[in-house]
Amino acid sequence: MSELCFHDVSIRFGGLRHGLTAVDHASLTVPDSGIVGLVGESGSGKSTLARAAVGLVPLSGGRIELNGRPLARRGPESRRVQMIFQDPSSALNPRMSVGESIAEAFPRGSTASTRRAEVARLLELVHLDRAHAKSSPARMSGGQRQRVALARALASRPEVVIADEITSALDVSIQGTVINVLRDLQRELGISVLFISHNLPLVRYMSDSIAVMYLGRIVEQGPAEQILGNAQHPYTRELLAAVPDSSRQAQRQDVQDFVLHPAVVSEPTDPEPLHNGCRYHSRCPVGPLTNPERGICRTEDPSEEHANEAACHFAEPRTPPSTDGTSVASAASTSVRKSL
Amino acid sequence: MTARGMWTDSVRVRYLVRRTGRLLVSLLVLLTAAFLMIHVIPGDPVRGALGPTAPADLVAARRESLGLNDPLAVQYLNYLRHLLAGDLGTSMISGLPVSEMLAQRLPATLSIALLAFVGAVAIAVPLGVGFGVLTRNGRARRAELGFTSVSSVLGTIPEFLFAVGLVYLFGVQWQILPVAGRSGPESYVLPVLCLAIGPAALLARILRVEMVAILTADFIRTARAKRLPAPIIYLRHALPNALTATLTIGGLLLGSMIAGTILVESVFAWPGLGSTIVQSILTKDYPVAQGIVLFYGATVLVLTMVVDLILAALDPRSAIGQS
Amino acid sequence: MATTSIPGSVPATRAVSRSSTSARWLAVLRTPVGAAAGLLLIGFLALSIIAPPLWADDANAVDTDSILQGPSAEHLVGTDNLGRDLFLRVLVASASSIQLALLATGLAVMAGVILGSVPLLVGPRLGRLITSAINIAIAFPGLLLALFFAVIFGVGSTGAVLAIGAAGAPSFARLMLTLTASVIERDYVSAARIAGVGRVRILLRHVLPNIGEPLVVNATIGAGGALLAFASLSFLGLGVQPPAYDWGQLLNTGLNSIYRNPAAAFAPGIAVVLAGLAFNMLGESIAQIIGAPTIRSGSPTHRRRGLRTASHPLPPEESRSTTSDRVLDVVDLSVTFPGADGPVRPVRGINLTVQRGEAVGIVGESGSGKSLTALAIARLVEEPGQVDAERLEFLGVDLLSGSEREHRDLLGTSLAVVFQDPMTSFNPTQRMGRQLAEVAEQHQGMNRRHAFLRAIDRLRAVRVPTPALRAQQYPHQFSGGMRQRAMIGMGLMGSPALIVADEPTTALDPTVQQQVLRLLASIRRADDVAILLISHDVSVVAELCDRVLVMYAGQIVEDLPVAELTTRARHPYTRALIAAVPTMRTDLGMPLNAIPGLPVDPAHVPVGCPYAARCPRADDHCRGEDPPLVADAAGRRVACWHADEREES
Repeated sequence: MSELCFHDVSIRFGGLRHGLTAVDHASLTVPDSGIVGLVGESGSGKSTLARAAVGLVPLSGGRIELNGRPLARRGPESRRVQMIFQDPSSALNPRMSVGESIAEAFPRGSTASTRRAEVARLLELVHLDRAHAKSSPARMSGGQRQRVALARALASRPEVVIADEITSALDVSIQGTVINVLRDLQRELGISVLFISHNLPLVRYMSDSIAVMYLGRIVEQGPAEQILGNAQHPYTRELLAAVPDSSRQAQRQDVQDFVLHPAVVSEPTDPEPLHNGCRYHSRCPVGPLTNPERGICRTEDPSEEHANEAACHFAEPRTPPSTDGTSVASAASTSVRKSL
Repeated sequence: MTARGMWTDSVRVRYLVRRTGRLLVSLLVLLTAAFLMIHVIPGDPVRGALGPTAPADLVAARRESLGLNDPLAVQYLNYLRHLLAGDLGTSMISGLPVSEMLAQRLPATLSIALLAFVGAVAIAVPLGVGFGVLTRNGRARRAELGFTSVSSVLGTIPEFLFAVGLVYLFGVQWQILPVAGRSGPESYVLPVLCLAIGPAALLARILRVEMVAILTADFIRTARAKRLPAPIIYLRHALPNALTATLTIGGLLLGSMIAGTILVESVFAWPGLGSTIVQSILTKDYPVAQGIVLFYGATVLVLTMVVDLILAALDPRSAIGQS
Repeated sequence: MATTSIPGSVPATRAVSRSSTSARWLAVLRTPVGAAAGLLLIGFLALSIIAPPLWADDANAVDTDSILQGPSAEHLVGTDNLGRDLFLRVLVASASSIQLALLATGLAVMAGVILGSVPLLVGPRLGRLITSAINIAIAFPGLLLALFFAVIFGVGSTGAVLAIGAAGAPSFARLMLTLTASVIERDYVSAARIAGVGRVRILLRHVLPNIGEPLVVNATIGAGGALLAFASLSFLGLGVQPPAYDWGQLLNTGLNSIYRNPAAAFAPGIAVVLAGLAFNMLGESIAQIIGAPTIRSGSPTHRRRGLRTASHPLPPEESRSTTSDRVLDVVDLSVTFPGADGPVRPVRGINLTVQRGEAVGIVGESGSGKSLTALAIARLVEEPGQVDAERLEFLGVDLLSGSEREHRDLLGTSLAVVFQDPMTSFNPTQRMGRQLAEVAEQHQGMNRRHAFLRAIDRLRAVRVPTPALRAQQYPHQFSGGMRQRAMIGMGLMGSPALIVADEPTTALDPTVQQQVLRLLASIRRADDVAILLISHDVSVVAELCDRVLVMYAGQIVEDLPVAELTTRARHPYTRALIAAVPTMRTDLGMPLNAIPGLPVDPAHVPVGCPYAARCPRADDHCRGEDPPLVADAAGRRVACWHADEREES
């Protein structure tokens, strides 16, 4: 059992009056041995949420639990959640060898030979030669460094690993070397993974379920095929539409005028000042900008009591779990789409 | 009022309020430090000032008149109260009020400090910008080496050594300029020169580095992509961005220039605050030293704040960045 | 300690870091300034040790027969009012001057490091208090602080050491804070925290080793400052007291007799300046070396230029179109930079044409030379970079001949450039409208008002909402996507025939990325503008362009229509690159594809096909001879000896 649960987590930075709410009442579960993909644009709060899970950022509200117990701040239990970061150039201390960096996470008191053997084992787990233990990080490529970072995370024998945009600084040609290792290890070791990325195809490839974040809020979540095939929140649909796709080139001219609608391109990315209503209303293609009768979006914060827990007033209602739930959902989605 | 204007103004007003708050806190720290200065001196300051031969009852009487026998908190409150009334105490040596001495000596110090500052900026900005453009992208390595060497040598030499050299040349060798006292306009030349050379060299040097850095910025490439003529790129796009750094450094230099007056005044027997504070430390005339330290410190704090406010006015980002 | 845990690895790493560190410090001594300063400093330090035992007695010997003499063979700089030899006194004074300065510096550094580590060790609350105290203290000039402390500690050398040490502490504390802050936000410190490493160990293992060098450098510079400050205090009579003496004090007495014996003032003055400079210059030379990027070492490029053009003289694109609708025509373009070991050529032998209204994409990994190619075409490569080409024509005008000035208006109005990072590509101190209007003022002779109206109109054209208001704003008030659209609008101030867009969407979020791509597409459609789009992302290029050029190691390796990219690419690199990009249809059961090995370093281009080392099909032919870029009947081009072999499956 290794389940990481975010319950109603809020994170604020700065003072009361001029602060910034980076995460706003987010609830999310990374199930045992599962991979949850977290997508959203920069500034949506996905990295902040991740850093809170490893204790780098204090919570302002809510709680984070591992296996039903609050996360330990000290002692070996606090290392059960590990994190890998985005930037390979700052991932490793340039003054320490690769082996020293990995061994730092070992419990104290282990003998030199067990440490050496463990470093070698971890390096081989991430498909690196054990001779790299003596290398200086300066002589490793970005892809290799990210794999060392993964080995270092595994050194703490974590139950949950958080991967925060771990390939976005790498060339796509070597992205696979990091992703494959992470996916294989997740399966072999049965760890749970929170996989954060803005790259939707990559998230699709990695994840069992997907959560979508917008301005600090999780606006939709559910099983991957459900989110990708039957997105409820208009922001998720916009993200899906934004995936580059050469086959779309022909039909592009039709959507062009809408995507460049002055209201849509205004993109207020600043989460403050806190406005009432849905956070997405000022940018929503099916909201009050295009449908003036949908004033509720401006005044009332939508609940998540919808299909895919979508925080949208006009998402489908939550369907009771049934055997042919998918067909009901897709039929409903057609009707909603028509009404859009 | 436009939305943009209001937004910008609220940021700036908020910044002004916060910055003023910081100044007040700093001033309070300074006041307290100046007050405590006399009290942490080992031994009895009055005995120190009057000398070991002074009769004991005179020391006791002087201690009483200075209020040194009261509890510390009472002394502190009295000190603040007097300060608000413009009373900085009385000299133990001459018996004159310190505020009167300040008022009398201040113009001499202020005039050379300001002249030197204006001169330094007037020399440093064109030099720094010119060499920045000349040595951009690692060009003209020899010019860069020469400029950097000369400016760091000039920037390192302390004011009083310039003073010695200049006194020798102009006073001893050529005998064309007065080397002591404050008389006519020509008596200003040497003190101002001594004060200005170092800061001018430092400022020019920093400005060059700043220009070189800015000329590699993306927006300079954009300006080149717009095919603007070189003078417009350098003067309209690069220089205003370099001025931010110049002002920041300039503020610090003005502060150090005011401190530099202490040395320069001592060499040139300039009747200003600097020579007075040195005298007061040597003769252990603590109220005078305390008053002048306080005055210098407050001047520096206010100047730093003025520079910060100018920066915020020029570039709204600096106000946001410091919040 | 983990240091002892992997015995085999530790000495090796230590040796590596030690040798590289000492190599860099030795490099300082090879620069002329560094060597001079280093030698001077060693000389002064030696002098300060040997002078007192050798000459202290002679320097103190009173000789009433030779009072206040000028320089002579017997007394090189004359004598003082007790007839003591001033030259010897200057030599002996080096001991007190330098040692007291070092003492004060040590005090300042120690106090600064301790103060500066408090926020890290104790936590943010007390940390903030200390930080603001340091910020207040640092506003005061050092001399003023020193005088303040001199009042407290009293006149004399102990007081002066304490005063100068205390006055220097705030700036070292601030330095420590800044340096620590820059290390503390690195990911490896976060990772160590997550792994349960304590604060003290983070300070010792992660922070201090990474800030040691700048601290030492600044301490060296600080020692120079302390030396001069000490001289100042002694000169004022507040430092070293008679009968002891240092340079500052000698200078003071020398100044009093400057009319009789100027040398008495100059000798200590020169000593102070030289010693101060030795510390300062050495520190600054080290700082320069450490700050500079490491220079690549190795052999020059193996490739001989002209080999390819000699064997394939005909640019293959020649046949495809008539010259009249050609917007851009480039033949054999290369870009050269001077390197440590001879010239480096990151772009080599590029041939390409762009037709009116055509959208051409260039893709490749980082370091493939694609952005540099775009900059070279836009004539934006600056010295020391050098652009060579057999032909570089834009709208039929030869850009290689004539001065930059002659082409200014043509390029300013007809060639638009869009850069990668919209955050940094606008001048932060100018209003947005001004920055656009400038183009029309410069190249179309509009007055300020008309140009500004045109700018507002162009902002509207790129869908910036409320353009009249937005034109009055500064760049930081725009969002990223809006800024990038404004950048495109700036290109539309004239009537561009070609937009060169260098990674225009890389810095943007996916949804915003789409807006920019579609804006470019709609501009192209509306005005028949050609687009040259540079991107590392094949899918971005595929979405906007008609034709794709694939670059590897500074060369075009394939040129093909976008429609054939996923199905009929012939170069193994192109195929591998496409396969490596996950799409919404990637098979979840298969591992992701990756290209083994590393891209080619432009300073070490191998003989033969540059891709051979990573290519599954490479044979001896590939490793021996670089394949030429050959066109087929349809105008597709590929540079591969095995291009037409069927893929075995």
